[in-house]
Amino acid sequence: MSGFDLTDLTASFGGERVIGPLSLSVKEGEKVALVGRSGAGKSTLIRLVYQQVESMASLVPQDLGLVNSLPVFHNVYMGRLDANATWYNVVTLMRPFAKDSQEVKELLSELEMSEKAWIAAASLSGGQRQRVAIARALYRKSGLLLADEPVSALDGPMAHQIMRLLKERFQTSVIALHDVELALAYCTRIVGIQGGQIALDEPSEKLTPADIMPLY
Amino acid sequence: MLSSPIVRTSLIFTAIALVGLFFADIAITSANPWKDLGRFFFGIITPDFFSTEGLATALLRTVAFAFVGVALGSACGFLLALVYRAYPVRIFCAFIRAIHELFWALIFLQFFGFHPLTGVLAIAIPYSGIFAKVYSEILEEADPEPGRLLPPGTSVISTFLYARIPDCWVQMRTYTAYRLECGLRSSAILGFVGLPTLGFYLESAFSQGHYSDAGAMLILFYVLIATLPLWVKPKLLPVYILGAPFFLGEGLPIVWGNVTRFFTQDIVPSPLKNEEGWAGMGTWLGDLFINQAMPGIWNTVILTQIALVATGIIALLAFPLISTHFGGPVRRTSGHVFLVILRSTPEYILAYILLQLWGPSMLPAVVALALHNGGIIGHLIGRQSSSIQLRPDAPKGVNRYTYELVPRVYRSFLAFLFYRWEIIMRETAILGILGIYTLGFYVDSAIQNIQFDKAMVLILITASLNIGVDILGRFIRKKLALQTMPTC
Repeated sequence: MSGFDLTDLTASFGGERVIGPLSLSVKEGEKVALVGRSGAGKSTLIRLVYQQVESMASLVPQDLGLVNSLPVFHNVYMGRLDANATWYNVVTLMRPFAKDSQEVKELLSELEMSEKAWIAAASLSGGQRQRVAIARALYRKSGLLLADEPVSALDGPMAHQIMRLLKERFQTSVIALHDVELALAYCTRIVGIQGGQIALDEPSEKLTPADIMPLY
Repeated sequence: MLSSPIVRTSLIFTAIALVGLFFADIAITSANPWKDLGRFFFGIITPDFFSTEGLATALLRTVAFAFVGVALGSACGFLLALVYRAYPVRIFCAFIRAIHELFWALIFLQFFGFHPLTGVLAIAIPYSGIFAKVYSEILEEADPEPGRLLPPGTSVISTFLYARIPDCWVQMRTYTAYRLECGLRSSAILGFVGLPTLGFYLESAFSQGHYSDAGAMLILFYVLIATLPLWVKPKLLPVYILGAPFFLGEGLPIVWGNVTRFFTQDIVPSPLKNEEGWAGMGTWLGDLFINQAMPGIWNTVILTQIALVATGIIALLAFPLISTHFGGPVRRTSGHVFLVILRSTPEYILAYILLQLWGPSMLPAVVALALHNGGIIGHLIGRQSSSIQLRPDAPKGVNRYTYELVPRVYRSFLAFLFYRWEIIMRETAILGILGIYTLGFYVDSAIQNIQFDKAMVLILITASLNIGVDILGRFIRKKLALQTMPTC
C-alpha cells in the first residue's frame, strides 16, 4: 500500500492559517505534482503528509537534511538505518561492508556521481547535494516518494534524467515542482495549490501549460 | 555615549572596582621588591636546565596527569552531556565545576593521600562538569533535520552516531584539544599542594632562591604548551591516553581506613559528632559564618571585582600588540610571544612568584589575575580585530584604535570578560591558599587545623558563590545580547 487518504489537513504559522483545511487522497500508482506560486503552501503540505504517513514514505525536503561532515556513501546509507542492527551501523560508520558500498555505488552511478562516494557532503555543489538526497530516498526503497523541488538545482538534461528515474522507481509520488513542463511530462495528476487550498486537481493529460499558468 | 547600556555597565563595574580599592589591602611589603624581581628576571634569562634531575620527571608527570585527567573528564563529561537536559544533572555539573581543581585535590589528599588518584580526580571531576556543559551546547546546536529524516524504527544509537555526532565532531575535538592545554596548567599547579608535578619543583626552587632552576622550568613549560599542536596528533592520541597512566608515579598507597574515617567522622560537623544537638549546630555555623565565611566572601568579592576591571584594562591595552592594524611584523611577533607567555602561565604560579617578590597583600593576586586573563582576552580580541577590514583612508595610530577598532570589538570584549568573571572568582578564592585572605585562605587554615567539617562547609560556600556569579554573568550577557564561545 503506497496510497493515502488524508482529510482535514491544516497548518498555521504564528496564528495564521497557511494550509487548509483540505483533503488529499492519492491512489496507489498515481504520480502527483504539486504546483503553485512559491509561498502557496506546497512545502507545508508535503511536510503535513509526511507527518501522517511517515513510516511508508521517502522524503526529499527542500533543505535536503544532509549530514555535512559524513561522506556521500553514509548520507545515502542513512536511508535504511532501520534495516540493520545497531552494531552493523556502527561498523559501517567506520568501515562499510562490500555489499552495501556496492549497492550504493550502483545507485550513485545512475545519478552520475559514483566517483563522489567517499567525499564529504560539505564539499559538494548544490546540484550534487540534491542528488545525494535523492539517492538517499531511492535507497530507502519505499513505495511512496514525497519530494519538495527535488531537481531545482539541476540543469535541463539532468533534471529530466532524475525525474524519469523517480517515476520509474517509486510506485506512488507527490512532488512539489515549480517547473510546469516537468510536472506535465512526468506526473499523471496535477494538484494546484493557491492560498493554502487546492485550486486545481486534474489528470495531466487533460492539461496544457496554459491551464496551469493562472495559478502563478 | 552614556545612554548606551554597554557603556553604562562598563562604568558601573569600574566604579565598583574603584570603591573596592579603598577597602582592599594593596601594598608592597617586602624589603627589596625590585631587587628580588631583578634576580628573578636574571634567573629567567640564565636558565639552568641541568641542576635538578627531577625536572624531566616533573614535566613527564605534569603531562601524564593532564592526559589522564582530561581524558577521564572528557569521557564522563560526554556521558553527562547526553542527559544534560535533566535538571538535576545540570545542577550537579554546575556544582562540580564550581569547585576549583586545587580544592578537589585538597579534599582527596585527606583520604587518598599522595596517591596518583588524587591528582587524576582533582582534574577529572571539575573538567567533567565543564565538558558536560560545553558538549551539550555543541550537540544542541547541531542541525536536527537529518535526524528527523531517518526512517522510523532506527535505533537511538544509530540515530545519534549518524545524524548528531558527525557534524559536532570537529567542534568537540577542537574544544577538547583546547581543554588539554588548560589541563596542563591545572596539572602544573597541583604540584603546589604536594603532587609530583611542575608546581612542586617550582615552589622548592623558589623557596631556596634558585631562580635559574625556576626559570628553566617555566621556559620548558612554555615550550611544552606552545608546541602542543606539534606533538599532540590525532593518531598519537590513543598512545598518549593508554600510556599516560603508567607515568603518574607510584605515590603512596591508599589507606582505606582513612577513606572511611573521612566520610564517617572527619566531615561530620563537630556539634553533631559531640551530640550537642541542633542548638550546638546553630552556634557552630554562626561562628563559622561570622569569623570565616563572611570575611572570606568580602575579600573574595572585592578582589574579584578589582581583578575583573584590571583584566579588562590589560586586555584592551594588549590587543593592539597582535592586531594586524598596528605595527610591523617584528612588533607583532614579540606581541604574540608576550601574550603566549601571559596566558600560558597559570595565575596561581604568577601570583606565587609575585607574592614571593612583593610580600603578602592583594596586589600580587590582582596583578597575576589581570595579566593572565587579560592576556587570554587580549589574544582573542586581537585576533578578531585582525579580521576587520578598514577603509583605505582610515585614521592611524590612537585615532584608529579609539574610533575604528575599540567600538567594533567592544561587544565581544565584554562578552569574554563577563564569561571569565566566574573563572576569575574561582581563581581568586583559590589564591587564598597562598596567604591572601580570600575564601581559600580559610579553607586551607581549616584543613591545617584538621577541621575538615569546617573546610567542607567553606568549600560549599565558595562553590555557591561561583554559581551565583556565573548566573549573574550569564544574565548580564543575555541582557546586553553578548555572545561568546567558552574559554578556560
